[in-house]
Amino acid sequence: MSTEEKNQIPSSIKPSSIAMIRTLGGIAMISGFLVVLVYQITLPIITENRRIALENAVFKVIPDATSRVNFVLSPDTLIREDAITDDRDVQGEKIYAGYNKSGQLMGIALEAAAPGYQDVVRTLYGYSPKCMCIVGITVLQSTETPGLGDRIETDPEFLANFNALDARLNTDKTALIHSIETVRHGTKTAPWQIDAISGATVTSKAVGKGLNNSTQTLLPLLVKHLDVLSQSNQGGIK
Amino acid sequence: MVGELRQSTPITLNTFMRGIWSENPVFVMLLGMCPVLAVTNSVINAVAMGLATTFVLLCSSTLVSILRSFIPKQVRIATYIVIIATFVTMVDYIIQAISLELYKALGAFIQLIVVNCIILGRAEAYASRNNILKTVVNSAGMGIGFTFALLCLGGVRELLGNGTFLGFPVFWEGFQPWAIMILPPGGFFVLGAWLLLFSWLKQRQARKAQIKKGELAHAT
Repeated sequence: MSTEEKNQIPSSIKPSSIAMIRTLGGIAMISGFLVVLVYQITLPIITENRRIALENAVFKVIPDATSRVNFVLSPDTLIREDAITDDRDVQGEKIYAGYNKSGQLMGIALEAAAPGYQDVVRTLYGYSPKCMCIVGITVLQSTETPGLGDRIETDPEFLANFNALDARLNTDKTALIHSIETVRHGTKTAPWQIDAISGATVTSKAVGKGLNNSTQTLLPLLVKHLDVLSQSNQGGIK
Repeated sequence: MVGELRQSTPITLNTFMRGIWSENPVFVMLLGMCPVLAVTNSVINAVAMGLATTFVLLCSSTLVSILRSFIPKQVRIATYIVIIATFVTMVDYIIQAISLELYKALGAFIQLIVVNCIILGRAEAYASRNNILKTVVNSAGMGIGFTFALLCLGGVRELLGNGTFLGFPVFWEGFQPWAIMILPPGGFFVLGAWLLLFSWLKQRQARKAQIKKGELAHAT
């Protein structure tokens, strides 16, 4: 430490409470002003960023989709998100239906989540009603170990599992015929199995478990509304 | 009031260089180890964290320096924290606006800049006792020194742990990355290696200076 830093602040007379309150109040006001200013400036950019990120994710998991419509899926109903007014509070899962250029329903993007090695792994997957299978997956949130667990986002061999992952429903449409399961690397034999990444089994299992939970609960609800979904291509977000 | 006492020492190159070399926050003072070890698993994360910290350091020190004669001693720490927290919140929004991906990678460590001891330390030890110009120069040096240190760690860790630099592959095909370098232990290894190098350089410098002094004394 140099001499300039060693110098002590000369002990001043005890300041009045007013001075302290004035200082803290003044600083708090400046702070509030600055934070609100930056918040206001960045809010539209951040909202736009989030929208683009979500859009990219939806179009990534539903191949050939060019527009989307957001829906809210609850145990009894399916409602278009833009039809929800503020006074009607709808509880349910947000789903995104993707349509191709000629307005045909290409698939539905749904969310899945399960605890991984570090924290919850949240994924978005595309379900195609045509093949009754999962056609794509992308990771929305993960704090898995870099270099090991985070390969679920990039490993081409692992992602190939989700080109057509079997998710057929049984005849009463209440559950999957075969639950989705994650198997040890190199032992995949059936189309409903996920081949784990060697060295990242826990994370791979989390993906499989999340998909299984989500498909088991959401798909039975979803299939009831497939007609509505395939006719809702008007006014999709391009 | 307090300020006038310190105006005597002029701004020198040392005011700036101190933070980069002789008082480097990471390699010499060993401050702010939490982000140093946690977010240096890639070059881009390291640089973003360094720049974010530099911004907060520079802005908060400047504001503290401007307000230094108005802040009663009894409430100074509370005031500093509020000032620092303001700029951290601003950085938080700005990074979200620049890139959500970067924001996700840096995670909670952006908010934790508030409690980074480099910044509070600068406010208390330097900004509250020196004029604005000197504070700005010194804080900029400290910020650059911190960013430099993070870059040193991030560069080595990404290179060895992932075989890339800034995302571009560097090594020949078939290079097996040392995954441990990206994991937390790698942070400690690399930090240890850099500390070793820096202290060796410093010792050598000191030895040389001593020899030179001896030669001079002999000559006269």
